[in-house]
Amino acid sequence: MTFSLFLWCMTPALTFYAWRSPKLRDLMDAKNFVAQIQTKDGSRARWYRFDSGRLKSGAGLHDNPDVVIKFKTPRLGVQVLLHLCSGMFHFAYPFLRPFLDPLTVINAAKNFGFEVQGDDEYSLHFTDLMNAMLTHHWAQGTPVDKGETRYVNQTNGGPVFVYVKGEKIVRITPMDFDEKDAPAWTVRARGREFTPPHKSTLCPHGLASKSLVYSSKRLLYPMKRVDFDPNGERNPQNRGKSGYERISWGEALDLAAGEIKRINRNHGHGAILNSHSSHHTWGNIGYYLSSNIRFMNAIGYTKMVLNPDSWEGFFWGASHHYGYTMRMGTAEPYGQIEDCLKEADQIVYWASDPETTCGSYAAFEGTIRRQWAKQLGIKSIHIDPYRNETATWLGGKWIPIIPGTGPALAHAIAYVWITEGLYDKEFIKNRTTDFDKYAAYVLGDDDGEPKSPEWQEPETGVKSHVARALAREWGNKKTYLSCGGKGVGFGGANRSATGIQWARAMVCLMAMQGLGKPGVNFGNLTVGAPLDMQFYFPGYADGGISGDMEGTADAVQNYQRMPHMISMNTSTQKIPRLRIPEALLDGETHGYPTDPKSLEGQFMRFGYPAPGHSKIRMMYKYGGSHFGTTMESNRLAKAYQTEGLEFVLNQSIWNEGEAKFADLILPACTNFERTDIGEWASSGGYGHHNYNQLNHRVITLQHKCIEPLGESKSDFQIFLELSQHMGLSAYFGEAKTEIQWCRDQFLSSDVSKVISWKNFMKKGYYVVPPEENEANRPPTSMRWFYEGRKKDVPEPSPLPAEYGEKYLEGLQTQSGKFEFEPNSLKRFGQDPDRPPINRYIPAWEGRQTKELMDKYPLQLITPHPRFSFHTLGDGKDSVINDIQDHRVLIDGHYYWIARLNPVEAKKRGINQHDLVKLFNDRGSVICAAVLTERLMEGVVHSYESSAEYQPVGEPGESPDIGGCVNVLTPKRHMTEKTTASAPNSCLIEVEKFAIRELAS
Amino acid sequence: MSKWSLIVDVAECHNCNNCFLATKDEYVGNDIKGYSAPQPLHGHKWINILTKERGQHPMVDTTYVPTMCNHCDDAPCVKAGGGAVEKRTDGIVIINPDKAAGRRDIVESCPYGAIWWNDELSLPQAWTFDAHLLDRGWKEPRCVQSCPTGALRAVKKSDDEMAVMVAQEDLEPLRADLATKPRVHYKNLHLFTKAFVAGEVLGEKNGVSDCLSGARVSLKSGGTEIASTETNAFGEFRIDGLEPDLGACEIEISHSDFSGKTTKRTIKGASVVAKTVVLKGSP
Repeated sequence: MTFSLFLWCMTPALTFYAWRSPKLRDLMDAKNFVAQIQTKDGSRARWYRFDSGRLKSGAGLHDNPDVVIKFKTPRLGVQVLLHLCSGMFHFAYPFLRPFLDPLTVINAAKNFGFEVQGDDEYSLHFTDLMNAMLTHHWAQGTPVDKGETRYVNQTNGGPVFVYVKGEKIVRITPMDFDEKDAPAWTVRARGREFTPPHKSTLCPHGLASKSLVYSSKRLLYPMKRVDFDPNGERNPQNRGKSGYERISWGEALDLAAGEIKRINRNHGHGAILNSHSSHHTWGNIGYYLSSNIRFMNAIGYTKMVLNPDSWEGFFWGASHHYGYTMRMGTAEPYGQIEDCLKEADQIVYWASDPETTCGSYAAFEGTIRRQWAKQLGIKSIHIDPYRNETATWLGGKWIPIIPGTGPALAHAIAYVWITEGLYDKEFIKNRTTDFDKYAAYVLGDDDGEPKSPEWQEPETGVKSHVARALAREWGNKKTYLSCGGKGVGFGGANRSATGIQWARAMVCLMAMQGLGKPGVNFGNLTVGAPLDMQFYFPGYADGGISGDMEGTADAVQNYQRMPHMISMNTSTQKIPRLRIPEALLDGETHGYPTDPKSLEGQFMRFGYPAPGHSKIRMMYKYGGSHFGTTMESNRLAKAYQTEGLEFVLNQSIWNEGEAKFADLILPACTNFERTDIGEWASSGGYGHHNYNQLNHRVITLQHKCIEPLGESKSDFQIFLELSQHMGLSAYFGEAKTEIQWCRDQFLSSDVSKVISWKNFMKKGYYVVPPEENEANRPPTSMRWFYEGRKKDVPEPSPLPAEYGEKYLEGLQTQSGKFEFEPNSLKRFGQDPDRPPINRYIPAWEGRQTKELMDKYPLQLITPHPRFSFHTLGDGKDSVINDIQDHRVLIDGHYYWIARLNPVEAKKRGINQHDLVKLFNDRGSVICAAVLTERLMEGVVHSYESSAEYQPVGEPGESPDIGGCVNVLTPKRHMTEKTTASAPNSCLIEVEKFAIRELAS
Repeated sequence: MSKWSLIVDVAECHNCNNCFLATKDEYVGNDIKGYSAPQPLHGHKWINILTKERGQHPMVDTTYVPTMCNHCDDAPCVKAGGGAVEKRTDGIVIINPDKAAGRRDIVESCPYGAIWWNDELSLPQAWTFDAHLLDRGWKEPRCVQSCPTGALRAVKKSDDEMAVMVAQEDLEPLRADLATKPRVHYKNLHLFTKAFVAGEVLGEKNGVSDCLSGARVSLKSGGTEIASTETNAFGEFRIDGLEPDLGACEIEISHSDFSGKTTKRTIKGASVVAKTVVLKGSP
C-alpha cells in the first residue's frame, strides 16, 4: 500500500518540481520515454511516460517500457525510495536519519534485490530526473553586495573564496574567517603567547586560479588527432606532431568506449594502462583516487605504481633505521610547533625551503611561526647549494654544499660529535643498536679513513672549519633538523644518487642527539599544530567514491561510514611510473613497490609484463602532464610513438604536455566548475593528519562556481557517460550525482554532527575548533621513545604485527630500537649501494665522475618549484608566467629560468636574461639565464615540473623550449634494487644560445 | 579626515608574488566602472617587485621591494592629468578610466614608473589601492590580504597620526629625492639602498684553523671608527647600513687570545665581502 502510494506520489511531485525548476523542466523535455517502477512479480507497478516535457502515469504494467526498475518486495522499494528522497527535506533529516538504512540499499544492490533493466541511456536519464527533483533546491553560496555571490572552493595551495557575478568569476581570494568560525589555537612559549591570524593563507598557484580557469589553453571540446583513424591508419609515429579536429561528445564517447571494448576483446587482461598525475584538482569526488579508480576498476587496467617521488631517500633508506614506512620514512609530525618554540635554540635547514614548497598543500601557514621563532631568537642555519628563499628571508648562516655530497658532511659532523663527546650517550645506549659499528666507520677504525672535517672538505666543498663549527653549534645546542619543505623528511638532497645515504645520515644524526628530547626533533614549524586530530573528515586518499580497497585507505577510513559499493581491479599487472617509457619501448621492465606496510615490502621485485598478461595497447591518461616530472623526459615522447600502443586517450583540462600526444582528447573542467567536497591539505591515508600543518582545519563544500566552460565536463561526468556505453552507469554512479556523493561524504563525517547540510552547502565551509583543553593536544613526536614509554602519538601505524614484542612499545624495526645497522638491510643483503652501515659512496653522476665531468662540468639541481604546484600553475597562458622569477619573456616566448653563478656565466659569456642551452647526452633545453651570487660555482639551479614540453622539431630528438629540464636528468635509480628517482644527480654544460639557431 | 597609507617592510618580503597576483586577479578581465578598466592579462605589473642582491657568494643577501602607485599627496600625475587623475579625500589617487583615454603623457608623468600603458584600450593604468573594494567596506586591499608575512600593511590615519607612525617606525619614502609626498612608506629600506661589509675570521691554534667567535671588528674610515661588531659562532661579521660610496676603509679585527689584524677594503657602489682573515693564537 505504502509502495503504491509512493509510486502514485511521484507524478504530482515531478510535475510540481518541474513547474518550480527550469533545470528539471529541461531534463523532462530532453527525452521521450517510458519508465516503469514495479515489484519483481509485477503485482504492484506504475509507469511514467515522458512526452515532450509532459508526464503521464498509470497504475499497472506498461506494454513497452524503455526502462524498468524492479524491487524484490514492496517494503524494499519503500526503503530505497525513502532513502533517495531524504535529501529533499533538510529540516526533517535529523528525525528521518534513524529510519534510513543505507546498508539495506547497498545490500539490495549487491544481491539484486532491485534491478534496472533497459538501455543505460534511459535508466541514467530517469535517475537524473529523480535526482534533479531531489536536489534542484539545494542552494550553494552566499550572496554578497554588487550582485556577487561568494562561493567556496579548495586548491592545492589553500582554500579560497570565489566571487561570481553573472556566471563569471570576478575574484578568488584567501579566506578571512568570520566571528562565528572557530578561533585559532594559542601556544605559550618563553613567557609569550602566540596565536595565528583568523584567516587562511594561499599559495601563488592558488591565487592564480582564475587565470587558470579562463586560460586560452583550456580544452573546450573533444578532439581527435587528424591522422588517427580507428578503422584504418592510426599513424602512431605522428603522435606529438599532428594537429587535431573538433568532434562531438557522442563521437568521442563512441570512439573511447569502442576502443576500450576492442582492446580488451583483442588483447585481454592488462592491455589498458591508466596513467594519472600524482595530484589532481582538489576534491574527494573528482580526485584521481576517487572517480578515476572507480571507473578503471570497473573496466580492468594495468596500474601505474607511484614511486615515493618526494620521499625517496627516506622511504628506501631512513625507514630501515627507525621505521615509519606508513609515512614513507618521514618522522612523526606531532607537537613540534609548541616544543620548538618552547625549547629549541636553533633550526638546521638542510635541503629545506619551506617558503618555496609550502609543506604539502599547506600554503604559508608555517610562515608566521617561523617569524615567531625569529622573534624568540631561535637561530637558522641553511645547508643548500642555493641560498634559497627561506634562507634569504630568515637570514642565518648559509653553508653551500656540492650537490650529492651531504652524507659526507653528515659523517664529519658525527666524527666531531664522537671525538668531542657531543652526543647523547644515554640515548645511544638505551634506545639504539650497533652504534659502535657506525662509530668505527666514522672514526676510520674499519677502513683506515677517519671521516673528519678535513676528509669531507674536498668532497663537499665545505671548509673544514665551517664543518667543525657547524658540528659544535649543533652538538651544543638544542637543535631541530629540517629536511625538505615539511621539515620531517623530503628535500632535494633525498632525490639524488646519494639520497638514500643522506636521509639515512639525517636520522642517524638525530638519533645521536637524542631524537624526542625537548628541543631536539625533526621539523621547521611547518608540521605539528595543536589541532583536533579526532574530528573525522575523509581525506583524498581515503578513496572518495572509489570503493577501492587496495589502492586507497577506503577500507581503513571511510567504507564503514559511507556505505557504497566496493570496487576492485582484477588485473594484477603494474608498471612503475618512471618506467612507462621502457614498458612501451622495450616491452619489458621491472620495479620495486612503494609498499607502506612493512620495511620488507619494498624488496619485492615485480616485473612487466606480468605472467600471462597482455602488454600495454592503450593508455588512458588522466590529469596533468608527466613530461615535466619524468627524468630523461624525451623517452616518454618516443614511447608515445611506438606501434604497439594502439590508442591513447587523454582526459585533461589544458592542452599541454602529454595531451598533445593523444589520439583522442576528452576535455575535463576545473574544480571551480563542478561540485566537490574536501578538506584543506587532508590527504587521508597518504599522510595521516596531514592537515596538522595548518592554523585552522578548513572543511569545504567545493561549490560549483560557474558552469563548465565550453563543452568540458567534470571527470565524474565523463566517467559516468563512458560507463553508460558499457552498461556500467548504475554501478559507477550508484544513481547518484556529484552533489549527492558530496552529501554522502558529509554524512560520513563529523561535520554532519555540527552543521546542517543546508547550511554547509550555503556557507561552504566549516572551521574545526582546535583542542580546547591543552591536555588533549597531541604529545610531542618521539618524546615517548626518548623517555622509554609506550607510543602515545595519535597515529595508527606501524601496524600491530610490526611491533616485535609488545604493541605500541618501541619502533617498527626488528629490535624495536633505532638500528644503526638495520636488520632489514642486513637480511636483504642484495643491494651493494645500500650497505647496512651507511657508508659514503660518491654519486654515480656528479663531481666524482671525472670522465663525465670533463664533458659536462656543471651540476644541475632541479628542486620543486615555487610558483607552480608541480605542473599546476605553470604554462597555460596563466598570470604565473609573468612572475619575473618564474619565466622570462623573450621575443614573445616565456622561457623557463636557469640560475648560474656570475663566475660560471662569465666563463661562458652569458649575461642576465640571455638565452642559454642546457645540454648533455640526453637532450637539450633552452632557458633564460638568471645570474646570482646565491648559487655556488659549478651548479645550475632550475626548478623541475614545467607544464610545457615543447620540442622545436622532432619530439624526443630536438631542443625543448618549454622548460622541461627533466629532459636532462638521469632515469637511473638510486640503487639497483630500488625504484628511487635521482634527478638531482645530473651533469650538464651550458652555453649561450642564439634564437636564430632554432630556425636552423 | 583619515587617509589610506600602505607600509612596505622590505625585510619581511620574501618574493612570494601574492601581492602581484592578487592585483592581477582583481583587475584582469574586470571592468570596474569609475575606478579601473580591465588590466591586460600579460605585461602589466601594477605591483612590481624589485630585487637587490648584495654581497658576494657565500655572504650574500637579497632584498625584495614591492613597488606600486605611491598615491602621492603631491602627485605629478594629478598635475599632468588636468582632471583625468583624481586625488580622493581618503588619499587615494585614481586615474579616471573614462577621462584618461589616449593620455600617454600621464604614464610619463610618473617619476616612479608606476603607471602602465594599456595599448589595447589606449589608457594609462595603475594600482588603485583597490578603492572600489574599500568603498564597499573591505578592510584592506587585496595585496595586503594575500601577504603571508605581513610585509604589507594598510592603515587609515589622519596626517598627524601618520606622521607619528612614520617617526616611530622609521619609515621612509622609496625615493625621498622626488619629494612627491607618497602615501606608500617603506621600512628597512636600508637593505635596498645601503651597503654592508662582511667577512669571516678564523683563529689558528696548534696548526688548526677554526671559526673564531667573539672577535671584535671595528670599521674605520679616515681613522675614525664608524661602526663595530663581534664575530658569531661561524666567525662571521657583518656591518650594515653603510653608504654605498663610503670609499676606502679599514677593518680592524682583534681578539684577546689572538694577535690582531687589519685589512683594507674600498666600498664603492656595492657591498663588500672581505677575504677570510686568520688570526694567530698565542701559543
